[in-house]
Amino acid sequence: MKALRSFLDKIKPHVQPGGKYAKFHSTFDAFETFLFVPNTTTKRGSHIRDVIDLKRTMSVVVMAMIPALLFGVYNAGYLHYASIGEQASFMEIIGFGLMKVLPIVVVSYVTGLGIEFIFAQYRGHEVNEGFLVSGMLIPLVMPVDVPLWMVAVATAFAVVIGKEAFGGTGMNVFNPALLARAFIFFAYPAKITGDTIWIAGMSDKTGIVDGFSGATPLGLAASGQIDKIPSLHELIFGLIPGSIGETSKIAILLGALILLVSGIGSWRIMLAGVLGGLTMSLIFNAAAANAYMQIDPLTQIMMGSFLFGIVFMATDPVSGAQTNKGKWIYGFLIGMFAIMIRVFNPAYPEGTMLAILLMNAFAPLIDYYVVQANISKRLKRAKVAVKS
Amino acid sequence: MTKVYKIRKGLDIRLDGAAAATVSEYATDQYALRPADFLGIVPKLMVQEGDQVKAGQSLFHDKRNPDIRFASPVSGRVSAVVRGEKRVLEEVRVVADKSMDFEDFGSGDPLKLERGAVVSKMLASGCWPMVRQRPYNVIANPADEPKAIFVSGFDSAPLAPDSNVLVKEEGAAFQTGLNALTRMTTGKVYLNLRNGVKNSEVFTNAKNVEISLFEGPHPAGNVGTQIAQISPINKGEIIWHVSPADVIIIGRLFLSGKYDARKIVALTGSEVAKPGYFKLISGSCIKSLVSTNAKSTGYRVISGNVLTGVRLASQCSLGFYDTQITVIPEGNHYEFLGWAMPRLDKHSFSKSYFAWLMPGRKFVLDTNLNGGVRALVMTGEYEKVFPFDIYPMHLLKAIINKDIDGMEQLGIYEVVEEDFALCEYIDTSKTEIQTIVREGLDMLRAEMS
Repeated sequence: MKALRSFLDKIKPHVQPGGKYAKFHSTFDAFETFLFVPNTTTKRGSHIRDVIDLKRTMSVVVMAMIPALLFGVYNAGYLHYASIGEQASFMEIIGFGLMKVLPIVVVSYVTGLGIEFIFAQYRGHEVNEGFLVSGMLIPLVMPVDVPLWMVAVATAFAVVIGKEAFGGTGMNVFNPALLARAFIFFAYPAKITGDTIWIAGMSDKTGIVDGFSGATPLGLAASGQIDKIPSLHELIFGLIPGSIGETSKIAILLGALILLVSGIGSWRIMLAGVLGGLTMSLIFNAAAANAYMQIDPLTQIMMGSFLFGIVFMATDPVSGAQTNKGKWIYGFLIGMFAIMIRVFNPAYPEGTMLAILLMNAFAPLIDYYVVQANISKRLKRAKVAVKS
Repeated sequence: MTKVYKIRKGLDIRLDGAAAATVSEYATDQYALRPADFLGIVPKLMVQEGDQVKAGQSLFHDKRNPDIRFASPVSGRVSAVVRGEKRVLEEVRVVADKSMDFEDFGSGDPLKLERGAVVSKMLASGCWPMVRQRPYNVIANPADEPKAIFVSGFDSAPLAPDSNVLVKEEGAAFQTGLNALTRMTTGKVYLNLRNGVKNSEVFTNAKNVEISLFEGPHPAGNVGTQIAQISPINKGEIIWHVSPADVIIIGRLFLSGKYDARKIVALTGSEVAKPGYFKLISGSCIKSLVSTNAKSTGYRVISGNVLTGVRLASQCSLGFYDTQITVIPEGNHYEFLGWAMPRLDKHSFSKSYFAWLMPGRKFVLDTNLNGGVRALVMTGEYEKVFPFDIYPMHLLKAIINKDIDGMEQLGIYEVVEEDFALCEYIDTSKTEIQTIVREGLDMLRAEMS
């Protein structure tokens, strides 16, 4: 560590403003602060500071997604061998899954971080840790068969248009990872819908076992094959087709637990989101106009990426509502809209993505009304004081 | 029936180095008065280097309101007038005589004096700057009439001195000081005490005031928190506040006719060998007090508490309003992969570290920023330690945007920078929140005048 420190100290003067490699200041800074918490001391205000920083916060979120990623790796391998009807050992399954999933993760991180570094350097900022989370979220919301170049393009779109155009981390209106998915969804719809893309190797239709369906539960529901939807037990366990990170509800709940205990994910949004989803399902149950509406509430929220979206994407503090009251409304409406969109609009089986993006756009409005209520309360108090 | 207010939001940061209840003497012949301790004034010097002054004689006054004077705490010789950039007056230093020679302002029972007489005695003696006003946290304007006056009878900040020790055996002076305050408002004088502890009889026997009890974590002892509970400030309203130590000094003025600025100060912090209380005179140079009691080198001396105090580096005198000195280690070192470590010995409000599993533990915290400055990303954090009916993030953003109307609407009149100190401590993005709030208050004050 001492050798590393003195090595960094040796390079440091050259990358400072005025140094030979001042162009790489932000890049150097990113690596240096990754390795060592800087020796900066407080100058003004509070003399002591909490040890929490954005690196810690973001790494906890990444950690919370690890169970979903690991299960996604296993599931990719498992479904592949199931689709071609071969028995495979645990190691073979994991090996195949890694081969499929790891490149998507790498492409997402390399593309996104590369752009982030360039923008930070251009602006003279420090590199922000926000993309550590987005870079992990993007692979988790992709189908396993997605072409890598598409991941790269979608990531670039999300980071440049979704984030940097608005001013960088903390300023974006929409969740960048969801934008990446939405980009593929609207630009290359064939690659993110259908029954074959969720299983590695199924799209080219070689050696697929007869009668094996790669359809996701939502795909089945949308096409009216309600009876073919996996049982609640299977939905929770997650050895089913779907985006890489969304299938295992156990892994997602493990992540939710990490976010809730650490206090980094908003429990208000998560609870309100689940309640919203259940409420909408119950309303549909009561109306019961078609088979999709009659699916029981628990099965509804276990299908698709509903839970994944609520736990990892709706809770994004930047694109979500910021006030505590606002978070209740925001979360509840996401839950309701997610179920409503998937039931009413078979063209968009995955309602969660659109529901969250929609509410991202409305979050500032929700906050506006919450804050306005506080303002009028203050005005009212002032008027009473004047009268008395 | 005494009303009890429960503060639920907040945070007690348990630090190592709380003062033991022993009171020692500390004497020095070096004293100084710093204009920077007084927000919103423009100092105009009234003495020259080499002048002989008495205790209570004015050293400078406010240019905009020449009645507001700042007095020498001791009798002696003006040894230096320190000026900084652009000839800004930084410090007036006085070397004390062997014996104290007080300027006589005449004693008198404040309850029998007219308001004007009480005010002019306090102005002439240099006691007036002890009266501060909200909004803005500046010295009160004697021409104003506040709707109430607040005295917080306890300090809840980290390692804060026990106010019961500070007022011990000063019952008469404290009551006389309170009596003087009652002359200045037609409203009430509020004395707020901590619930559930044994409060000194100096406090519990106080008369002509309304006593309320507060419980809960810091900032329950901040006068701003108490005002928000009892009598929140609306636009155009003014509330004054005075600390208990200053009430005593005001009381002495009316009892003896002298500006007798003795007070008790707590020397605290992890780098102090034997933390305890010291009797000294306001404005004392505390350099030798700290160096003889320090355990180590490489420390930071703070006049005040770790959240809101002022760092003493080239200057050495205790801040005008302070009754606490904190000495903590400097944090100018690198920490290998610190953000990924469990950091069991560090305190964090966030549950992504483990301090919350060790509620009794006392921490040694240094001055490291513990991370880099980032954009405001996390939400809902400040609310957990901010016991006001205000949206802190929205108010901050209004200030950053220089949106005067927004600031007013969002309640800036009810807060000053110290109310945001805990938000700044827990902030993930390491924003200098107290500085931003101060800028907002200065902006608003300039706009209003």
